Amino acid sequence: MSGTFTKAMARNIFYGGTVFFFLLLVALTFDTMSGLPKSDNRANLTPSVLAGKHIWETRNCIGCHTLLGEGAYFAPELGNVYPRRGPEFIKAWIKSQPTGAPGRRQMPQFNLTEQELDDLVAFLKYTSEINTQKWPPNIEG
Amino acid sequence: MKYSSQSVALPYFIAAIGLFVGQIIFGLAMGLQYVVGDFLFPEIPFNVARMVHTNLLIVWLLFGFMGAAYFLIPEETETELYSPKLALLMFWVFLIAGAATILGYLLVPYSTLAEMTGNNILATMGREFLEQPLLTKIGIVIVALAFLFNISMTMLKGRKTVISIVLLLGLWGLAVFFLFSFYNPGNLVKDKFYWWWVVHLWVEGVWELIMAAMLAFVLIKVTGVDREVIEKWLYVIITLALVTGLIGTGHHYFWIGTPQYWQWWGSIFSALEPIPFFAMTVFAFNMVNRRRREHPNKAAVLWALGTGVMAFLGAGVWGFLHTLAPVNFYTHGSQITAAHGHMAFYGAYVLVVLTIISYAMPLLRGRAANSERSQVCEMWAFWLMTISMVFITLFLTAAGILQVWLQRVSDTPMPFMQVQDQIALFYWMRLWAGVVFSIGLVTYLVSFFVKGESKPLITA
Repeated sequence: MSGTFTKAMARNIFYGGTVFFFLLLVALTFDTMSGLPKSDNRANLTPSVLAGKHIWETRNCIGCHTLLGEGAYFAPELGNVYPRRGPEFIKAWIKSQPTGAPGRRQMPQFNLTEQELDDLVAFLKYTSEINTQKWPPNIEG
Repeated sequence: MKYSSQSVALPYFIAAIGLFVGQIIFGLAMGLQYVVGDFLFPEIPFNVARMVHTNLLIVWLLFGFMGAAYFLIPEETETELYSPKLALLMFWVFLIAGAATILGYLLVPYSTLAEMTGNNILATMGREFLEQPLLTKIGIVIVALAFLFNISMTMLKGRKTVISIVLLLGLWGLAVFFLFSFYNPGNLVKDKFYWWWVVHLWVEGVWELIMAAMLAFVLIKVTGVDREVIEKWLYVIITLALVTGLIGTGHHYFWIGTPQYWQWWGSIFSALEPIPFFAMTVFAFNMVNRRRREHPNKAAVLWALGTGVMAFLGAGVWGFLHTLAPVNFYTHGSQITAAHGHMAFYGAYVLVVLTIISYAMPLLRGRAANSERSQVCEMWAFWLMTISMVFITLFLTAAGILQVWLQRVSDTPMPFMQVQDQIALFYWMRLWAGVVFSIGLVTYLVSFFVKGESKPLITA
């Protein structure tokens, strides 16, 4: 770095650049928030969906699965599990865990009530209807 | 050690290393669970092991950052710490809260833990990396505020250097953005959107300030290069980091229900994110080449150069690999993500904390540098851990490419678990690389106990 580029200049560019790009992030965030109603499927945020999200969180599902591609990569993507498997399969699957097959990955038994299972399925249905720009590439997630 | 209050860094560094060991043990267990699925089931299911693995990582890095601040702030500001007692008290609060949280994960079902700790009052749990109970999150805020108070008060009464200002900015940012972890709306898209305000704005934002400041501090000490030069570099690097990284957040907003324009913003800005890491590499090598003294602590120089190179590879190159939206469409949430995550965290944050520990620990133990034998042992640890991390990353990348092909690109896509069976060979190889990593870690621990004639401390 040449002698004409002083530390004071570097400092000013840092503060100016940071403030500018942080404000740009905030502006884009405002724009995103105003556009979300079109893509985030909020019309279907029923009490059952919210209860399902709570089940999803308090069973730490994200510790093995991904949801819209975020989470752990140990078990299948569940953002589109609703169209992939359908509600009855999902409930039957959760109820029948763990499989106990030797050497295979195991999912814990969470002893969910029928109501809780329905809520969880409602949450997964709502999630699958979020506009994700056509992600994932195919039904396998 | 020039100021006696710097010694509060010692317990922080010891705790950091101890928790690092715990992180690796759980990492190995998970590596085995990837191929022997029922290993430790139902006692420690994968999700629990993963929480412990990632949460321990975050906590030990935070211990490292705090230890680093307590060590370098008095020296930079040329004054004793405002309150060493508060620093020690917070050490115990943080350690006990951290240990209790980990025990909670291991001993109590997660849903019970959530009920016991007030998650029904304010639901914040069950989101990746932010799994901590509400009480722990509040504890983190209290510890962070007490820590920042202590550091800020020290700075107010002392010399204000660029390094200390940048470090403090980074640490304040860390605390401020953590507050988003308390915001968990029912709307999943909003939940995910602001979740990244913690996760991304930490690791690709304010943590980079902390990292660059720590690296700059060590480089001044071990190279003797003029502070003016190093501080100018520091400003340039953190400018590049935030200019690219702030809008670079957009690379997480491609497929989570956000508007399509993020694919442009995210791709363009995150494609530039390797630049600050490249600058950091050039910076580290440049300063070492222009060194005005031969510092007796050769190991610390190695860790510092390693940070530059590995952060660039892990965060820069492996980040770029899958950051463009058309590529990310296929790789999102695959083993490619895991590969990048491992090398980026190791290269940037693990190595920078080990750099400052390597530099500070001998001083805290009353010598300028460890004995030759001890340093050789430490350098072996560096190479074992670094090379095995390169292999972990390569194996996960290979697994990821195959996974993406079989599951998402092929004309006849296979289901997730069938694909996992197909790529098990790479998981086995990753596990063996992990075993070598843990041998490196044991070597690292041993280096602290290797005796020999050490360089005496000359206070000048």
